[in-house]
Amino acid sequence: MTETEMSAQLISQQQTVKFYQTGTFTVGNRLLDKEFRTVQATQERSNSIDSGHRACQGCGQALGARYALDTAMRVTGDKIIAANATGCLEVFTTPYPETAWSIPWLHSLFGNVASVAAGISASLKAKGDNETRVIAQGGDGGTTDIGFACLSGLFDRNDDVLYICYDNGGYMNTGVQRSSATPGGARTSTTMPVGEHPGSSFNTGKYLPGIAMAHEIPYVATASVHDLHDLERKVEKAMSFRGARYLQINVPCPLGWGSEPSQTIKLARMGVESGLVPLFEAEYGELTNSTKIRYQIPVEDYLKSQRRFAHVLKPANVEQLETIRTLAEKNIRRYHLL
Amino acid sequence: MWNLSFCIGSSAAGARTYTATASQGLLYMMEAVYNASGLGLPIVMTLGNRAIGAPINIWNDHSDAMSVRDAGWIQLFVESNQQAVDVHNQAFKLAEALSLPVMVNMDGFILTHAITRVDLPEQELVDQFLPSFVPRQKLDTHSPLSIGAMVGPDAFTEVRYLAHHKQKEALTIIEQQAEEFAQMFGRDSGGLVKSYFTEDADIVFVAMGSVVGTLQDLINDLRSEGYSVGILSLRSFRPFPANAICNVLKNVKQVIVFEKSFAVGMGGILASEIHMATQRYADIQDMKISSVIGGLGGRTITKKSLRKIVEHAKNGQLDSEVFMDLEGSTVVRELKRQQHEQTSGPVAENILRDMGVVSASKTH
Repeated sequence: MTETEMSAQLISQQQTVKFYQTGTFTVGNRLLDKEFRTVQATQERSNSIDSGHRACQGCGQALGARYALDTAMRVTGDKIIAANATGCLEVFTTPYPETAWSIPWLHSLFGNVASVAAGISASLKAKGDNETRVIAQGGDGGTTDIGFACLSGLFDRNDDVLYICYDNGGYMNTGVQRSSATPGGARTSTTMPVGEHPGSSFNTGKYLPGIAMAHEIPYVATASVHDLHDLERKVEKAMSFRGARYLQINVPCPLGWGSEPSQTIKLARMGVESGLVPLFEAEYGELTNSTKIRYQIPVEDYLKSQRRFAHVLKPANVEQLETIRTLAEKNIRRYHLL
Repeated sequence: MWNLSFCIGSSAAGARTYTATASQGLLYMMEAVYNASGLGLPIVMTLGNRAIGAPINIWNDHSDAMSVRDAGWIQLFVESNQQAVDVHNQAFKLAEALSLPVMVNMDGFILTHAITRVDLPEQELVDQFLPSFVPRQKLDTHSPLSIGAMVGPDAFTEVRYLAHHKQKEALTIIEQQAEEFAQMFGRDSGGLVKSYFTEDADIVFVAMGSVVGTLQDLINDLRSEGYSVGILSLRSFRPFPANAICNVLKNVKQVIVFEKSFAVGMGGILASEIHMATQRYADIQDMKISSVIGGLGGRTITKKSLRKIVEHAKNGQLDSEVFMDLEGSTVVRELKRQQHEQTSGPVAENILRDMGVVSASKTH
């Protein structure tokens, strides 16, 4: 039994009120006993990112960041300093003269957030502050491309920082350009669906959770905004380690994906259930837990509600669809998702 | 890149922060250099001044310092290792007073790799001179701040102007701190400018860094031979002490600006700035300013070559732009080669071959 299943079972065994499963491990918070509710469901949540910011409707990143930081705040007794790479999250939370952050927050550059966070951590250590913890945040562009060297340095030195990558598969803030985390086949403004190989090419790019694991840092996990319980548990777990930790959160982007803002949570779930977004945990380089797919869905179901994959579903591009299916199967095998 | 970025995090979290770099390392962290000053973080950084490639060259000149002259850092230059010790103490005090980063420039190899006796100030005195660090802004869970927010056209001009204003404030503080330092430690280090024998001089060198020592040595010789020569050592390059410079130079007939770098396609950077200062700040007329560029990529600056410069200047034969000790024949040969051969190959290789540094067997 996996850790995810155990925690679900634990809840159902100790739960005094009966509740219906909604088809996934997601349960309505109101049906749960208080101690099992998410941080996000409590009135005491810290609102690390407060309302009034300027994210798009249906922004997965805004959700992911709030979920993760509010959890980290609760775990540490409100002792969190956050550093931010340039990107959507930075721009939509701090347009002059406003800020949506209610926690100490620093933005320096696009490519250096891992080092900035490591510097904050070193500063706290130098002053004997063992309580305050540091979180670095970036999008997939700032993480896999621009900030890659600094991030690798953070892993190498095992600095006491939780690095959270909000992965929406591209540079959405600057006009939806391809990043090295853009999925194969996806249309971006720099990988248009034209020519012999429409969309982003396959067999390129980087899968950072795997790279992080190869560094054998204390904790690596992937999470998704559709599963709040799982996400919060992983943040909590990440905060129980000292040293470099990496959390990648699957955050749909209506603008870049060409999806309905109302479908963000559903899309996040479908990505996971199709096998294209594996959720797992690893400690010191070894896989320790995988979130099993409860109802496997065909990858087409996930692709068809996103305009970035519209061309993939055309008969002429059946090979691309086949390749994407193969990728899902590979994930399922590699991370034991079934 | 990660070096200075680490410092940005450390300083923003409220620790007194120091680092050092040189040459390509400085260029690699260029984005962070602007960022540290833009955020107003009082980091102190030693720059062991070295050339910038290509061609790759690890030796001393001022190309690295000049490449960040507009980056918003305070840039101080030291002439000796003793001054390096002393000015670093002042640099922290200055950085923390203004909440601006300070770069202490010391010549690569000539100073950074010199073994020399220095007087290290007593810790007690240093603590008295440099009070504990109280950051102007700090990441603190008890009093959360957002640092590094986006600023659009509505306030960007004001933020940038304030950076300029702070540098102007530094003009006063640098002088005050040098005086305070001199009183406490009994040594003349720091300050904006330092002049040697300039009062009655007909010819004055303007220079920065360790070459001032060589020049002093030369001037001691020349003075005994009846030459009327002096030196103006620029100890603060940013802020640029235009008024202090003009005060020294106002009655000088001939100024020789000696510098270890230049803006390719324009000429001497310091020479241009001295020219600007004498015109804009003091309206000094009848002054001849010559730009002498030397010591590039670690080429030795000899008293002999400098003496020739002075002799030319005295005879009115010094051009407005001089590349000291330039091997003219080598340059001409390469220019000819390029004129006649479209595929003449890499310049650096060709010149080394001409000079006999690379084996002649490679000649094509």
